Amino acid sequence: MKSNRRKFIKFAGLAALGWSICPSLAGAGPSRYKRIEEGLRAERWAMAIDTTKLTQEVMERAIAACHELHNVPRIESDKNIKWIWVETFYNLIYDQSHPYLQERQLPVLTLCNHCDNPPCVRVCPTKATFSREDGIVLMDFHRCIGCRFCMAGCPFGARSFNYYDPKLFLDEDEINRDFPTRDMGVVEKCEFCAHLLDQGQRPACVEAAEGVLFFGDVRDPESEVRQVLGERYSLVRKPKLGTEPQVYYLI
Amino acid sequence: MLEKAIQGSALYWIWLLVLLAVIGVGFFAYLTQLDQGLSVTGLNRDVSWGFYIAQFTFLVGVAASAVMMVIPKYLHNHKAFARMLILGEFLAVAAVIMCLLFIIVDLGQPQRLFNVVLYPTPSSILFWDMVVLNGYLFLNIFVGWVTLQAERKRVGPPRWIIPFIYISIPWAISIHTVTAFLYAGLPGRDFWLTAVLAPSFLASAFAAGPALLILLAYAIKIFAKWDPGKEAIQSLAKVVIYAMLAHLFIIACKVFTAAYSMVPDKLEHYKYLYFGLEGHTMLATFSWVAISAGVIAVITLLFPKNRQADNILAFSMILVLMSTWIDKGLGLITAGFIPTPLHHIATYIPTQTELLITLGIWATGFLIITVLYKVGIGVRKEIESG
Ligand code: SF4
Ligand code: SF4
Repeated sequence: MKSNRRKFIKFAGLAALGWSICPSLAGAGPSRYKRIEEGLRAERWAMAIDTTKLTQEVMERAIAACHELHNVPRIESDKNIKWIWVETFYNLIYDQSHPYLQERQLPVLTLCNHCDNPPCVRVCPTKATFSREDGIVLMDFHRCIGCRFCMAGCPFGARSFNYYDPKLFLDEDEINRDFPTRDMGVVEKCEFCAHLLDQGQRPACVEAAEGVLFFGDVRDPESEVRQVLGERYSLVRKPKLGTEPQVYYLI
Repeated sequence: MLEKAIQGSALYWIWLLVLLAVIGVGFFAYLTQLDQGLSVTGLNRDVSWGFYIAQFTFLVGVAASAVMMVIPKYLHNHKAFARMLILGEFLAVAAVIMCLLFIIVDLGQPQRLFNVVLYPTPSSILFWDMVVLNGYLFLNIFVGWVTLQAERKRVGPPRWIIPFIYISIPWAISIHTVTAFLYAGLPGRDFWLTAVLAPSFLASAFAAGPALLILLAYAIKIFAKWDPGKEAIQSLAKVVIYAMLAHLFIIACKVFTAAYSMVPDKLEHYKYLYFGLEGHTMLATFSWVAISAGVIAVITLLFPKNRQADNILAFSMILVLMSTWIDKGLGLITAGFIPTPLHHIATYIPTQTELLITLGIWATGFLIITVLYKVGIGVRKEIESG
């Protein structure tokens, strides 16, 4: 915690310096964001989900960790917001299943796939949705016009729209001040905890579901993710569509 | 020329006041939406586009169909269209303005609209749609105004305007093609992911636009006491038949592909559209109304006698409008989202607020049409009375 704060102060100081030299940086768009030196780096971030170890308890922990960290409002209607949630195996992988499959009704975690070839990025008319160099697909909440083209474009149902003002559904005392709350009328989704990676930490769900979710650089043959993908059989969702999902399901 | 807009009969003013009242109600509904966000609509996480975007799509078609007057007049020198042409161009102007309004009310952050211009993104079809729609709006206002002014001075349209007129022909096709590409290029939305989407959009547009124009022509005949010409109406009626036949044919092709291949990803959407899934059959009822209305209209119009009878023709045009409006205005968007990417059957029913805002925008369109037609016909009458 302490070192984090020190890091933040250092960063804030640098940012202030940068801003005084070049004020336009303050409005930096996706192409000009800053990265803190000590962050975790990868050529291509990816996640592997071990479906055989997903108990109800583990999944709930992962979801709670994510939604609390990111101030995701709890809305109990079809206008809800979810970054990571539970679906049956069949609903996720129906194009590679059959009626007698044992895992058919198995509950499984799902989230944005951070596709290598993401249609959501392609269709966004403002570049509010963009891919980082390390493959993470991010949102600029201040640029999004709320046209929801990206929601139609995502073939995985990974995106949510703020139909309501999310603050109405957040408890004042429980808001995490280290992560922005959103305005009404913008789209949001899982970010692979890019802000944590930049601070040298692993994603919240991975920490919460230790040993069930694997995370790492899929281009690095030594990484945890690659190791487990090499050993086990795995699937991705809707491979036929060519979006190249980077969330792998181990079965 | 504009002074003609403020010299009208009592009926004209009452009509304008009625429209203004509807616009007012719609505007207040929009203020609620601005305040409470799109939560006031029936949209949800799975069906994230709805009534607004559907009206937008339908109206792009109406706007594009002005080309059906320009082609015969300028490419085939078909004199009968001379009187009708300006009506088509002004209808296009009103339709495009409605389109833009429907896009704006659909945005979650309308005040950031200009981000589309500030961060131009050519990979997004929405960016191109904005370009072609605004270009088309400009072209139609410009061409309509210049030709009308020339007529008023009793000279032919200036030569330099001709290239603009010719450009407006492919441009009209482009607005509806690009609008179809908004949908047709999305992976995983199998209902839209088809090469015939743009052709089917154009076919239904070339039925709906001229049908609306014929009805407007009759209204003008009755209320403005000015006859746009029987021959033009008859030619337009033929355009409607051909277009409607093409439209129904393409629907049949789409249904065949889905039904015979039995590929579930495609078939499920058609099942939902025509029979409903998990008990949600409301849309299916509408779909059958659309098909029946379209088929009845075409069969009726195939007989020249029916076509020549004003009231039968007008009634058939109402059927055509109904059919094409349900197809794009209700079915297209919702059936594209259901079943969802996770195989759920979601629901979407527009709310009252959504309907009021929609009505308000339609009333805005009719207000624009009324005023523009008032001016256009006023000029025409002036010329004809010597
Ligand atoms: S899963 Fe959807 S939102 Fe995530 S990157 Fe792929 S297309 Fe975009
Ligand atoms: S809703 Fe926002 S992020 Fe999505 S396409 Fe529109 S502007 Fe881009």
